[in-house]
Amino acid sequence: MSEAIERPASGAPPWEYASAPESTDIVRLDDRYGLFIGGEFVEPKSGRWFPTISPSTEETLAEVAEADAADIARAVDAARDAAPAWQHLAPAERAKFVFRIARQLQERAREFAVLETMNGGKPIREARDIDIPLAAAHFFYYAGWADKLEYAFPGRGTPTPVGVAGQIIPWNFPLLMAAWKVAPALAAGNTVVLKPAETTPLTALLLASVVQEAELPPGVVNIVTGAGETGAALVGAAVDKIAFTGSTEVGKAIRRATAGSGKRLTLELGGKAANIVFEDAPLDQAVEGVVNGIFFNQGHVCCAGSRLLVQEPVFDVVLDKLKERLQTLRVGDPLDKNTDIGAINSKAQLDKISELVESGVDEGAEIYQPECVLPERGFWFRPTLFTGVSQSHRIAREEIFGPVLSILTFRTPEEAIEKANNTPYGLSAGIWTEKGSRILHMAERLRAGVVWANTFNRFDPTSPFGGYKESGFGREGGLHGLEPYLSFDGGAQR
Amino acid sequence: MTERLEVRRTAKLYIGGAFPRSESGRSYEVTAHDGRPLAQASRASRKDLREAVVAARAAFPTWSGAAPSLRGQILYRVAEMMEGRRGQFEAELADAGAADPARGVSASIDRWVWYAGWADKLAQVVGATNPVAGPFFNFTLPEPTGVVGIVAPGDQALLGLVSRLAPAIVSGNTTVVVASERSPLPAVSLAEVLATSDVPGGVVNVLTGHTSELVPWLAGHMDVNGLDVTGVPAELLADTERSAADNIKRVHRAPDADPFDQAARSPYEITAFTEFKTVWHPMGA
Repeated sequence: MSEAIERPASGAPPWEYASAPESTDIVRLDDRYGLFIGGEFVEPKSGRWFPTISPSTEETLAEVAEADAADIARAVDAARDAAPAWQHLAPAERAKFVFRIARQLQERAREFAVLETMNGGKPIREARDIDIPLAAAHFFYYAGWADKLEYAFPGRGTPTPVGVAGQIIPWNFPLLMAAWKVAPALAAGNTVVLKPAETTPLTALLLASVVQEAELPPGVVNIVTGAGETGAALVGAAVDKIAFTGSTEVGKAIRRATAGSGKRLTLELGGKAANIVFEDAPLDQAVEGVVNGIFFNQGHVCCAGSRLLVQEPVFDVVLDKLKERLQTLRVGDPLDKNTDIGAINSKAQLDKISELVESGVDEGAEIYQPECVLPERGFWFRPTLFTGVSQSHRIAREEIFGPVLSILTFRTPEEAIEKANNTPYGLSAGIWTEKGSRILHMAERLRAGVVWANTFNRFDPTSPFGGYKESGFGREGGLHGLEPYLSFDGGAQR
Repeated sequence: MTERLEVRRTAKLYIGGAFPRSESGRSYEVTAHDGRPLAQASRASRKDLREAVVAARAAFPTWSGAAPSLRGQILYRVAEMMEGRRGQFEAELADAGAADPARGVSASIDRWVWYAGWADKLAQVVGATNPVAGPFFNFTLPEPTGVVGIVAPGDQALLGLVSRLAPAIVSGNTTVVVASERSPLPAVSLAEVLATSDVPGGVVNVLTGHTSELVPWLAGHMDVNGLDVTGVPAELLADTERSAADNIKRVHRAPDADPFDQAARSPYEITAFTEFKTVWHPMGA
């Protein structure tokens, strides 16, 4: 080891950070947000509203409408009415509408970033540098496909839209998940009813105003807010396709609910990814990647590298480096530009993380958490490592969806593959090694939809994303992300 | 009452992001379709052409190395800038005798948007992973050819030029354009648009002048890798292709289609000036 950095006994780094809060002046919130149906905000027929809060302060930011089945039917009708004209618009013109959305998101990027952080608790640095730019890039990428669909699937006849898509998205990347859903659907000529998560509706509602500014025909994009019941109503409504991102449990319920309906379905569900570090890996780089893999976005990431598999000869050194790195992570105000780990998205999620972490201790794993002062209000969880984890432990099997890393070891590549694949999930995996041939050998054998080599948690609009096994089916992103939104009138059908 | 006197534009060359006159000091008169004098345009010399090739070569590493999504955004920006100056383009097309100047400008803007979208999709459509019979990962990607000379068609002074230029630069090539001799002003205006669209200087260089004078120099230049001969007069074509053989230039001519027609645009207009690179990498624990 090189000379250790001297630290105060508390484990805090030997330097002070000045606070660097991002101003919230750029965000103007209404007291109340109705449902965005047919191009305008309307009062819910349900007559019900619910508060949406900041998870870092527990303050109410606004009230949003709770859509019931009648509201959903109205939104689906609006989407249905808008479908023929949107489908038959010249593709180049449809492209230009989607380009407009991309450009407007770029124009208003900081406003979206601040609001995303306020409503969801993620660090402003991540919202500003990752979520919002990627969301805009998704619209830009798919805009370009709108008038090139005939090149995407040669030999399958004329591509036509599926019709009306019901889209249900999670709370971990609210605007980005909206972009993943809406951009390919619009480019392919579908109209949509989007339901954001109940804890993070505000950037989706701001997206509605961008849709208005872009002068999309009314009803092409509809955005309805609510919780699980609202989502269930959307699944049961007269839509042609459901696209869902969320938990495996709800994904299974949606598959059952749509059985026999003929509705097209894509599911992007949970994960329990293995991040595999070989002894020849560049270890400092690997440790950064492991930290990014599990602590990015508080670990609220379906593809998070939540199981670290370390080759035995380097276990001690990797663990030491990880512990050292954890002490420098800053947990706290997500609006502070120095913050690494923001607020846990909700009380319910905090309870779930706490319960699983307790199970880890109870089942005999060894816990490590750096000392750090947590704010008094809001929902917080310290970055957490577990060693002495066996494959049967709940923390090695279940998706925690929080800043909690379970560390296991392996001796041979075969053992790493065996352990990595020993899960019902199959969303992502990571490999850290200097040896290129080993990367490809491992990538071929890992049963996961995305494999990162010497990097982790990379996303790009051109790159398909999605899971094997119980992590879901269908792909979002890239050329493959168009297919779920298209039918073909000739050639081979899927 | 005094009438305000109009400030007229000097139509210059566009080389390396700057607007020089021809080093030769030569110019030629441009007239409208009805014979009205419109302007003097620079009559580029062999030295100007060589300077343009040097500028294009210098711009190649940065432009070809830019992320495809960035090139796409920059091409889209060209469309945005053209939309803002469409009145000027319409007037120039009207002077050139276009039947429907507004249609020509709209189609030109939309063509930039169409090709902008290809920047980050081309490799997905024309690239491949190749299942070779052995423990290797093997893939093939398109890469830009290098410096491409473009002889723009003499008619369709705007849409014809955009339809040749956009597919050449979207993949990362840099270009030396010989503008329509008879109607060079839309090309001059396009250069002014490009200069304000985040297209790095040198990616597009625009020469005006006498086509028959410039084409042999361009075709024979040893640092030009590709040549779009769409605007080469029929009587010069064989000599041009012969000269192009000296350094095995890729020679391409636009499809024989109405430039307004969808058949005039294609991803294979992009691959006319791309190479295909195949990479082998072993797989094994």
